Amino acid sequence: MVSTQVNLSGLILDNPIIPASGTFGYGYEFAEWYDINILGSFSFKGTTKEPRFGNPTPRIAETPAGMINAVGLQNPGIDKVISEELPKMRKVFHKPVIANIGGFSIEEYVHCCERIDKEDCVGLIEVNISCPNVHGGGMSFGTSPEAATEVTRAVKAVTTKPVYIKLSPNVTDIVSIAKACEEAGADGISLINTLLGMRIDLNKKKPIIANTMGGFSGSAIFPVALRMVWQVYNAVKIPIIGIGGVTTAEDVIEMMLAGATGVQIGAANLVDPFVCKTIIEELPAVMAKYKIENLSDIIGGAH
Amino acid sequence: MKQGIFTITENTALTRDMYKVVLAGDTSAVTAPGQFVNIRLDGFYLRRPISVCDSEPGKLTLLYKVIGHGTAAMAKMQAGETMDILTGLGNGYDITKSGDHPLLIGGGAGVPPMYWLARQLIAAGKSVSVIMGFNTASEVYYKDEFEALGAKVFVTTADGSMGIKGFVTAAMPEVGEISYIYTCGPEPMLKAVYNASDAGGEYSFEERMGCGFGACMGCSCKTKYGNKRICREGPVLVKEEIIW
Repeated sequence: MVSTQVNLSGLILDNPIIPASGTFGYGYEFAEWYDINILGSFSFKGTTKEPRFGNPTPRIAETPAGMINAVGLQNPGIDKVISEELPKMRKVFHKPVIANIGGFSIEEYVHCCERIDKEDCVGLIEVNISCPNVHGGGMSFGTSPEAATEVTRAVKAVTTKPVYIKLSPNVTDIVSIAKACEEAGADGISLINTLLGMRIDLNKKKPIIANTMGGFSGSAIFPVALRMVWQVYNAVKIPIIGIGGVTTAEDVIEMMLAGATGVQIGAANLVDPFVCKTIIEELPAVMAKYKIENLSDIIGGAH
Repeated sequence: MKQGIFTITENTALTRDMYKVVLAGDTSAVTAPGQFVNIRLDGFYLRRPISVCDSEPGKLTLLYKVIGHGTAAMAKMQAGETMDILTGLGNGYDITKSGDHPLLIGGGAGVPPMYWLARQLIAAGKSVSVIMGFNTASEVYYKDEFEALGAKVFVTTADGSMGIKGFVTAAMPEVGEISYIYTCGPEPMLKAVYNASDAGGEYSFEERMGCGFGACMGCSCKTKYGNKRICREGPVLVKEEIIW
């Protein structure tokens, strides 16, 4: 009997498959396609202190083997997420969820994490540090080890649940940022967020995305994500959630061999709403094919 | 919402760049005119959202304009080939609001959803007028099909090469009594229609989409009734909620 169970800092998942934040809403849209309780967990839509409409449209562009989005963290704000979205979510998803939190200042991160930490349905907090710091000249928190340290310390001080820091790949040295988060007390690392990209409309001779640039995701970025998971695994002892371009059960195994304990699936959900269900159903056969009995045994196995 | 595999029974050009594809498959999730489907194409990452032109049990008709590489690849597909399609997306038009003299206005690639709508309204005993707007006579399609349904059809062309010269609004004074307006087309046309009549109505909007089923928030817009996703709470908005 094969086992797909994995352990994220004490949070035991039936399998490592986790839809990524921003591609799965608060779960209930996907509950119309299939029973989402088969998932290991899912990371809900990035939530901020205040409600946000996000960026102007167009927010989406296609690329070869991927897409670019500049949604801009549209969400109803932490108060409404707790009072309206989570009750709806709990009707269709009965496992602990991953709460994805964004912020534009240390105070916002602290406010949201402190509040979401009190929610029983939350099993783990994932802190997105790719947002610009409004008090830091607009530089993303995720681009310097010092800012990443500051967010991690502040959030850890007000929470009891495992805190995973979600890293941006748009940096010169992701390893130093991952190490800074570990030293500041992070329980785990999620990586990678989207790569900065753009497309230009040849007819209009202008950028397709209203915001000019956006986050590049999809199967095209898988090798980049895999490489960064590999590098970070070499440098930290805390668990890693691997994210970026994962589309198949084979990709999941590859990501785990590079060092991931959990694996998030993002853009693929938008193209094939059943992709996570398909991966979960195919995992045992693919494990058997590669002679894997216990998925958690292969974490970092390629090193 | 449903995912299904559809088989092409017909894929033909109506004009230089408008195509008609007829598909066999499960249409049970397609519940209202004005809804759309989202088509997966080999070699392209995102699906292509296309409005429903007509639907009946087991048979789906879509008219699409070749705009980019994806729709160009679709135009080359042959009868017998299959497509992975998400059906039953979006809210669609509410035919119960039509009154006795509904006016349907389609501009360019916005004409197709008017067909099933006209068919349903005529079946419900309504006196249906249709304005179809194009740039020039060679772009006109489906005029005969609308007339065959029993609709009163007005064609406008910007260059005057067929029908009334001008935009769709040039034909509106010719229509007579208008109880309600259903429209789909480019945004400047929708706005012109909005300003040209006091009648209530439903307006179908277009936006670049990621998923087409409400997950990615790629197609959000602001309305007087709050933020809406064009793919989910739209693409049809009622006149009173539109913010230009």
